[in-house]
Amino acid sequence: MLATPPQETVDPFAIKDCALIAIATGKKAINLKEFRDTLETINLDSIYHHFWGSLLEPRFEETEYNNDFASWARRGLHDDKLAERLAMLDPSFYPNLEALRQELLEVIEERLDENEYLTWMLATESFEFIRSQIVVFDTGMRIDHPAKLGELIPSLSTNSIFYHFIDARRRLPEQKNDFSYWLVSFNGLYEELLNQLEGIDPYFSSLTELRQQITVIFQKCCPGVNV
Amino acid sequence: MNILETYAQLAGEEVVTQLQQLAKPLQGKEIVHVNSTAVGGGVAEILTKLVPLMRELNLNVSWDVIKGDDGFFQCTKSMHNALQGDEVPISQSLLKHYEEVNASNAEQLRSKLEGADFVFIHDPQPAPLLKYCPQRKGKWIWRCHIDASHPYRPVWKFLRPFLTDYDASIFSLAAFARSLPHPEYIIPPSIDPLSEKNIDLAPAEIEEVCDRFSLDRKRPLIVQVSRFDRFKDPVGVICAYRLTTKYVPSLQLVLVGGTATDDPEGKIVIEEVKMAAQDDPDIKILLLPPDAHKTINALQRAADIILQKSTKEGFGLTVTEGMWKGKPVIGGNTGGIRLQVIDYHTGFLVNTPEGAALRMRYLLPQPDKIEEMGKKAKAFVRDNFLMTRQLREYLTLMVALLHGDTNRIELESTL
Repeated sequence: MLATPPQETVDPFAIKDCALIAIATGKKAINLKEFRDTLETINLDSIYHHFWGSLLEPRFEETEYNNDFASWARRGLHDDKLAERLAMLDPSFYPNLEALRQELLEVIEERLDENEYLTWMLATESFEFIRSQIVVFDTGMRIDHPAKLGELIPSLSTNSIFYHFIDARRRLPEQKNDFSYWLVSFNGLYEELLNQLEGIDPYFSSLTELRQQITVIFQKCCPGVNV
Repeated sequence: MNILETYAQLAGEEVVTQLQQLAKPLQGKEIVHVNSTAVGGGVAEILTKLVPLMRELNLNVSWDVIKGDDGFFQCTKSMHNALQGDEVPISQSLLKHYEEVNASNAEQLRSKLEGADFVFIHDPQPAPLLKYCPQRKGKWIWRCHIDASHPYRPVWKFLRPFLTDYDASIFSLAAFARSLPHPEYIIPPSIDPLSEKNIDLAPAEIEEVCDRFSLDRKRPLIVQVSRFDRFKDPVGVICAYRLTTKYVPSLQLVLVGGTATDDPEGKIVIEEVKMAAQDDPDIKILLLPPDAHKTINALQRAADIILQKSTKEGFGLTVTEGMWKGKPVIGGNTGGIRLQVIDYHTGFLVNTPEGAALRMRYLLPQPDKIEEMGKKAKAFVRDNFLMTRQLREYLTLMVALLHGDTNRIELESTL
């Protein structure tokens, strides 16, 4: 028997899905100074893409760094210090993408101040700035109880997981994911589930692994889930 | 069982559901693909599968092939090489002929193309068609399948004006994109696991093909499948094979290729390859007809390692095909091969015949390593390079073009 939430006050959860498509901006950088200069003016969609959109691109097993900027610092510039610093930038800590851009610039300028030769040193591969368009569509599925959501998650597409768990951080206040945002409406009934979901660090997992992590948390913390 | 149902079994129900949802806003729209050859080459292969798959989503899709003569294909082959960076001057008379052939094809196709909602023009051969369709009402998309990142400037300068009026273009990698005044989408190509070239084969079928070409199953075998084109470096492959035989004397090499109607240069390259092979009985140079899909499939499955030692490569479908058969790929460190061959995981990226030989010398004595890399390669293709992923991106692109250049498109619920 499922616990009864105060459903009269909670709207059902609408399962959505999305498709992301990458677009070349035509802008590229072949050294750190050029990278800094381009980053200053690049469309914010591009910053979003390089932090998050790459989750939907071909990637292999565990990634060393969690965003494209850090990967390029390592692979293109061969600057491990900068790569490590860029990799520790967590977009969830910034109120918006503009604030994240400013922090990126801060890290890069700090590095340029430390080592003058980075200003002119050529990268072995250029950084291609990409942006993306996202198309969101409604699957028509509506869920009225968290346990039913928990049962559905293993069969959701990875893009749907991306939309509700990653993309939501750009749409919702306090960088929340859609699942948590909905669960809050149940007036503290799912506190442990909420805490566990918000404890997931989505940076290093593939979307398939992320779906698995969310499934396990629902099984553990949400009474009535029967997968 | 229809194609979509079969795909659902292979790639997952949710993948097919996604395609159906994305296809909804495109119902009733007329979509036309145009290229320059119906058989041979990666573009024709992709369209052969993509078009029926789109039809199963109830989309109104057709595929037209422009007609050309020897002069036209001589010009477009040079253009192809020039876009990939070769300094190939093309005479004014050939370029004029190229335009005339397009004008003549436009006469045949005009009413259809002008009335279509979406027109996909594949590669440079039919690119000028847009110029001859002034009353077009739909969105025109130029799909570039080759690595045009460092083109021979005079040829690009000639071609660019034909491309600027398109509504969008598609490149396989961001690094290939040129500066054009419209959105340039990045969509890597894909393979169809249900095609004859990729379906599972019974061991007896593989044996039969090996017997037919006198290949010894007890001895190691490396295979490169590609057109006889200098950018595929078949002579470099022979050089790598020779270097490897010092360490693995029983090695056999198969170079498999065919000819396409738009590739007049192939015959010259084949002669160069034969000369390099010097009648070595362990080097098989096979010229197969364009429909020899099962034979190629069997050869790839019989191989221990797949080679694709290209020096320029838009994407390299044969790399994906080899990986889908669970084989490690030793590929040229160039273009789209880099997207598929993940160094030390799904194979090795190399820059020289010596590099290819080094990796063969390392892998061939280690069957366990070959198997481990092959498994990773197959899983990587399943997740990233099947036809369903490419189709999803084409559908997304069309939906996006209907909504203008906005970063977020929320489709209204059709409930």
